[in-house]
Amino acid sequence: MTTEARLGQVANYVDERTGAAAWMKKNLQKVFPDHWSFLLGEVALYSFVILLLSGTFLTFWFDPSMREIVYEGSYQPLQGVKMSAAYASTLDISFEVRGGLLMRQIHHWAALIFMAAIVAHLMRVFFTGAFRKPREGNWIIGVGLLTLGIVEGFLGYSLPDDLLSGTGIRIAEAIIQALPVVGSYLSYFAFGGVFPGELFIPRIYIVHVLLLPGAFLALITAHLMMVWYQKHTQFPGPGRTEKNVVGYPLFPVYMAKAGGFFFIVFGVIAFLAAVASINPIWLYGPYTPGQVTAGSQPDWYMGWLDGLVRMAPPWETYLFGYTISWNILLPGLIVPGILFTGMALYPFIESWITGDKREHHLLDRPRNAPNRTALGAMSLTFMVVALINGGNDLIATNFDLSINQIMWGTRIGIFILPPIAFVLTKRLCLSLQRADRELVLHGRETGRLLRLPHGEFVEVHEPISPEKAYLLTSHEQLPPLELPAVDARGVKRAGALKNKLRARMSDAHAQAIPKATATDLKEIEHH
Amino acid sequence: MSSEIEAIKDPGLPAHVHRKADHDPKAADRAERQVATMFGISALGTLLLIFSYIFIPDDLFIFVPIMGDQNAHQLGLGLGMAISLFFIGIGAIHWAKTLMPDQEVIAHRHEFRSPDEDRNEFVKTVKLGVGEAGLGRRSLIKKSLGTALGLSALSPLLLLRDLGPLPGPEQKTTTWKAGTYLVLDPSNRRIKVSDLEVGSVAQVLPEIKDPEHRLLSDIAKDAVLLIRLRPAEFNLTPDRFAMTHEGIIAFSKICSHMGCAVALYEQTTKHLLCPCHQSTFDVTRAAKVIFGPSARPLPQLDITVDSEGYLIARNPFSEPVGPSFWGRNT
Repeated sequence: MTTEARLGQVANYVDERTGAAAWMKKNLQKVFPDHWSFLLGEVALYSFVILLLSGTFLTFWFDPSMREIVYEGSYQPLQGVKMSAAYASTLDISFEVRGGLLMRQIHHWAALIFMAAIVAHLMRVFFTGAFRKPREGNWIIGVGLLTLGIVEGFLGYSLPDDLLSGTGIRIAEAIIQALPVVGSYLSYFAFGGVFPGELFIPRIYIVHVLLLPGAFLALITAHLMMVWYQKHTQFPGPGRTEKNVVGYPLFPVYMAKAGGFFFIVFGVIAFLAAVASINPIWLYGPYTPGQVTAGSQPDWYMGWLDGLVRMAPPWETYLFGYTISWNILLPGLIVPGILFTGMALYPFIESWITGDKREHHLLDRPRNAPNRTALGAMSLTFMVVALINGGNDLIATNFDLSINQIMWGTRIGIFILPPIAFVLTKRLCLSLQRADRELVLHGRETGRLLRLPHGEFVEVHEPISPEKAYLLTSHEQLPPLELPAVDARGVKRAGALKNKLRARMSDAHAQAIPKATATDLKEIEHH
Repeated sequence: MSSEIEAIKDPGLPAHVHRKADHDPKAADRAERQVATMFGISALGTLLLIFSYIFIPDDLFIFVPIMGDQNAHQLGLGLGMAISLFFIGIGAIHWAKTLMPDQEVIAHRHEFRSPDEDRNEFVKTVKLGVGEAGLGRRSLIKKSLGTALGLSALSPLLLLRDLGPLPGPEQKTTTWKAGTYLVLDPSNRRIKVSDLEVGSVAQVLPEIKDPEHRLLSDIAKDAVLLIRLRPAEFNLTPDRFAMTHEGIIAFSKICSHMGCAVALYEQTTKHLLCPCHQSTFDVTRAAKVIFGPSARPLPQLDITVDSEGYLIARNPFSEPVGPSFWGRNT
């Protein structure tokens, strides 16, 4: 009782000064639907908090300076070697500060998991159609967070100024420099002169620890407020509609679960950092432009970009004394630009194709949106092929292949495999729809065989539960848009080509196996 | 016809199934003990962390099966922290799952679109405001404000101008001059032809007065690879052949693709390979690109020897080294 009384006093104190009780009452009872895939975004959020905590720890010792010093710390192989203060202080964090190496490894593992969780969360949102109206804005914020994450991660592992990270910066400089007209200017501004200069570590440091984390905080706050305000989507099922949210109240169940989950994510990352070495910069040595480590690899979320750069054709155009490096611009800027813009605009593209402008709070099962699922599979295949080529040197040494084979394999594969993935996935979705229909109409196969009086063997089918039958048939099947080329008076409508394209895409999008209905079931009973 | 098709009905939310702990006090007590045990394990984890921090020396290595030799201090800290955090989480979730209410609740959702009345009121308010401010009529204000705002956005851009100098001639030149001695990296010793056996490779830099303070920015342009072959193995144009000396050929080590160090030399095929993006250059054919994304051969340095037999550059590089840029005149 005393705990309750004391809590009551605090609540009274706060409410008399803010009037928060009404708001709190409503929001503590806020309902959150439960599904394992809804945890993916949470993993990303918690990794971000872990990144802030471990990152702050690292800043207490890290010296973001390119001042040249001679190393005199306890790591013997590098004693007496000239290096930047940034690299030396990273060695100190690893060898001199107790728990420093653990924190460095927690920070790096958390970054990898942060990006992996963002990508997994993005896939969940995409494949279930959670980005549809009214959540298009939050989808765009999400794409923004993914993009920022890639940049932030790259800047982060560039800070120690070791041989591997310096090579990464050199490549980034080449991309900047390749920009037509402004390239050299931007590069000179970014590096304060010729590469590498003595300014970029302190510059990217402040971007990494202040500017981008600030942008992250703002965007994540907006992202979460939108989720809160618009209420979470839910999977379809009995009792769940577009007009309700079925789940557990925030207080106490969801708070305990979500709070507990934060500690689990932190615990797992700490475990990884304890047992799995990551980015052992002392093995690479300090950066110098004349050297490089064999098997130079970026972190995984940059791997696809590196893979695209590796497979690019050796094209350059020379015009009136100027150079356009297609071999850098195409894979480094143009293709990623198209991919990310397309991704950000996808909610609008899909709603244009389907003509569906209604709100959606019930998620799609991926099989029930075959075209979208196939498009997702196609994009993933593209990324995976690029990622494979990003590790072509490691694959070549580990699997006894030649670089040329892998390079040509991926150069061809990146054009051929994504369309194949599209077709296969779409057919797979339609087959799954057919299986759903069969299941509703003819029931579950029990594995019991029955011999009929005239000798025939049949398998006994058992009807599925009404809940399951509803789950398998509750989705909408929208007809394709009707966009006749001529209007009622037989006059050709404006934008005929655009309409034709839209109609064809709408047709493809609406392709489906008719779902089972109660009418079908009754018909079967009659026979 | 279609109106007769009847969809399968929603049977409604399935009936709630109670857990054991909901009606069996013993099961509830057991669950409580389980949760407390997990929190207890977490506390032990923190103790392990404190113990490791204070008592395990940070240079003690122990053998762990599968993982091999591990730093005991680091491992103790990490495992202690992992256990202390993980079991708080597991405990909290077990608590939520066994003892907190698990009855699903239904909240209602409303369309976000405001009622028409509110929307009309809103439009009216905005129109009134716009009208009162005279935004519609006073176009001079609108235009001048737009111009002023646009111009004011330029000032922060202008103030960033001093981030760096404008690109100058140093973008296209290196330290190599006619007569510059080639010195080995990192010893800074001059080299004679006899120092380099046929088939071997050496990384060289231009000789400078104060090699202790060589700038990274200079290395990023000056690094050169020497490769010695038998002269008959070359397949070069006469003027390119004239740039070699007794089978020694010199190329910029900075990749013509994205500026990585072209560090891998394959002796059997006489290919140079950049480990970053696998551009492959044929040494016998003046570093012609035979594979990978690079569009240009590595620039070749014209070398010869001085009167004492030390290798020197006969000419500077005839083109900018490193990756392409807009102003590069190819």
